[in-house]
Amino acid sequence: MAGRAQPVTPAPGVGAAVLVAALILGTLVAVALRAEGGRGLGPADWAAVRFTLLQAALSALFSVALAVPVARALARRRFAGRRVLIVLLGAPFILPVIVAVLGLLAVFGRSGWISDALGLVGVPPVQIYGLHGVVLAHVFFNLPLATRLILQGWQEIPAERFRLAAQLGAGPRAIRRLLEYPMLAQTVPGVMAVVFAICLTSFAVALTLGGGPRATTIELAIYQAFRFDFDLGRAALLGCIQIALTGAAALAALSVARGDGLGDGLDRPLQRWDALSRIALGLDTLVIALAVLFLLLPLAAIIVAGVPGLPLLPVSVLVAAGNSVVVAGLSTLLLLLLAVPMALAVAVGWSQGVELAGLLGLAVSPLVIGTGLFVIIRPLADPTALALPVTALVNALMALPFALRILVPSARQVVDRHGPLAVSLDMAGMPFLRRIAVPRMRAQIGFAAGLTAALSMGDLGVIALFADAERATLPLQVYRLMGAYRMEAAAGAALLLLILSVALFWILDRGGRWHAET
Amino acid sequence: MLKLERLVIDNGGFLLSADLSATAGAKYAVIGPSGAGKSTLIGGIAGFHPIKSGHILWQGAEITDALPGKRPVAMLFQDGNLFPHLSVEQNIELGIDPDLRLSPDDQERVAQAIHRVGLAGLGTRRPAALSGGQQSRAALARVLVQGRPLLMLDEPFAALGPALKADMLDLVDTLVRESGATLLMVSHDPADARRIADEVILVAEGIAHPPQPTAKLLDDPPPALRAYLGAPDLP
Repeated sequence: MAGRAQPVTPAPGVGAAVLVAALILGTLVAVALRAEGGRGLGPADWAAVRFTLLQAALSALFSVALAVPVARALARRRFAGRRVLIVLLGAPFILPVIVAVLGLLAVFGRSGWISDALGLVGVPPVQIYGLHGVVLAHVFFNLPLATRLILQGWQEIPAERFRLAAQLGAGPRAIRRLLEYPMLAQTVPGVMAVVFAICLTSFAVALTLGGGPRATTIELAIYQAFRFDFDLGRAALLGCIQIALTGAAALAALSVARGDGLGDGLDRPLQRWDALSRIALGLDTLVIALAVLFLLLPLAAIIVAGVPGLPLLPVSVLVAAGNSVVVAGLSTLLLLLLAVPMALAVAVGWSQGVELAGLLGLAVSPLVIGTGLFVIIRPLADPTALALPVTALVNALMALPFALRILVPSARQVVDRHGPLAVSLDMAGMPFLRRIAVPRMRAQIGFAAGLTAALSMGDLGVIALFADAERATLPLQVYRLMGAYRMEAAAGAALLLLILSVALFWILDRGGRWHAET
Repeated sequence: MLKLERLVIDNGGFLLSADLSATAGAKYAVIGPSGAGKSTLIGGIAGFHPIKSGHILWQGAEITDALPGKRPVAMLFQDGNLFPHLSVEQNIELGIDPDLRLSPDDQERVAQAIHRVGLAGLGTRRPAALSGGQQSRAALARVLVQGRPLLMLDEPFAALGPALKADMLDLVDTLVRESGATLLMVSHDPADARRIADEVILVAEGIAHPPQPTAKLLDDPPPALRAYLGAPDLP
């Protein structure tokens, strides 16, 4: 009995999903089996758990509290450059953490711009290391994301409602009560949950701006147990706690969150008749200007600080940059080999299991997977020798949920619109894949590849666990230069990293749209 | 001969039964009320819907469970008959090799087909750069090179104006006559049936009835068809 004929077989995608699930769950099992519960958690471990929760909660709170006025201003104002600004709000997603940290240090650090300015009026310099530095960096990364998500909520209020409100003569207060507060009550919890979940697994920010007994996240504690004490049992035990926390937070975020903030544009024309007063206009202008300054100043700082260092980059940085490009390329290739077949399998009806496997990456942290892979690889081979391929693999797994979000809708559309004709022309299988699916999904494939390459390029996570003195990626090398107080070289290397990340994203994303026919 | 033996087609829970045969080389219109199962009948024969029971036979060979692309069927859908990112030429070439690897002879056939449907010189264009009528012609050129003995039309010309639609039907008529293919054409317009079909398969209330001569059926419609046609000029 013939079922519904499909232009592609789901088998490769289902196979990829099984592989991903086996890899992720396998590392979790390896971590759980290796954990040594005997001594239980020491006071330092509990401090790490408390700090992790505290900084994630504060980061979520501040990101969202600041995002609401920015989103409101963007929702009710039309101005030149608004579109560009909204696209830029997506940029931190591909911005390497270490670059942002160096930029934030240059602006908010002990000898940064703000401290210098305060020094002129005799105020002591601000202190960035510790809890507030970690939260500041997280707000820098998540304020834009939160703004996009909340703005999406604003734009989903139907234009007719605003028209009706205007017709009824509703002023700003009435608009808030009638339209905006109900929308925010629906949107804000989800956005908070997403930011909280992201900050739970913070590693690079804590590594650079935190540290010490009072500002260590679980992720950082895993790293320290690994690198300093080589106490695999304790690292694995911490890993188990991290699994429980991230799993719970990811579930919570998935159940309350709407939208993913990845979409572009968000530029629906909407006429607003409220908030026409000068005060409201001034306030919105100020809010947008402050947000732009907060986001662009650190980037400007890294460019200003990095340019003098660029011609003087040590050879070690160039080698690390080469490693990073290779890792990013390998990671992107792995991702596409997993994500494209998975998206097509979802499109031909294998949605639930395959999509679930794709989401697993959200529920685990890179260092936990890294620990698990280390435990699995060690009896078989020297893990440090595999530092770069393992980093590429973990980066691909971490990018998978985002890549599927991008690819699945377009795969569905291709299969729905062109599947029957292709099947009737006997194009099922490779011809459909090569001639129809890949060409039609090119823009989305390019976007997903660009995101993955940039994420991998800037990732400072697993590599820190596995690398030895000879092997480093560019972000790790920047961190090492910082640790050696060679700030000029670090700034130059960071600028190189920024350029490479943006370039990789741009080339792949453009490549997808080059001569694209619709 | 196409034989449907006690066939039951399952279109997502909607069941259509058919027990009839169609002569090779003849032209059939499939007509009936909206939602009665016209497209289900065509889709089932083309292999797009599961067969619940019964058999489909072409020239005595069983094709009930064959994959759609392996059946002796060329099909045109209501829309989306051309891939928008491929040129007209490539769209036609797909009818010869789905992977677009063509011998010089094959390419010659494509060129002839393009010429035959009146699209000479437009082969390098993309479908979006053609008019609606030209797009239909391109799809027909592909049907031509496919050379399948059964041609199924699921109202591919529905979006065209009346004059253009008549042109297309005449072109189909000529092409089918030349190739000797069997035509099954869904239509909701009795005038289409009179224009081109030798016989009519009436589909009503989940049953596809055996074919009857077009003029006889339309001049003296049974109650189900009469309700659909609106029974304008009863004596």
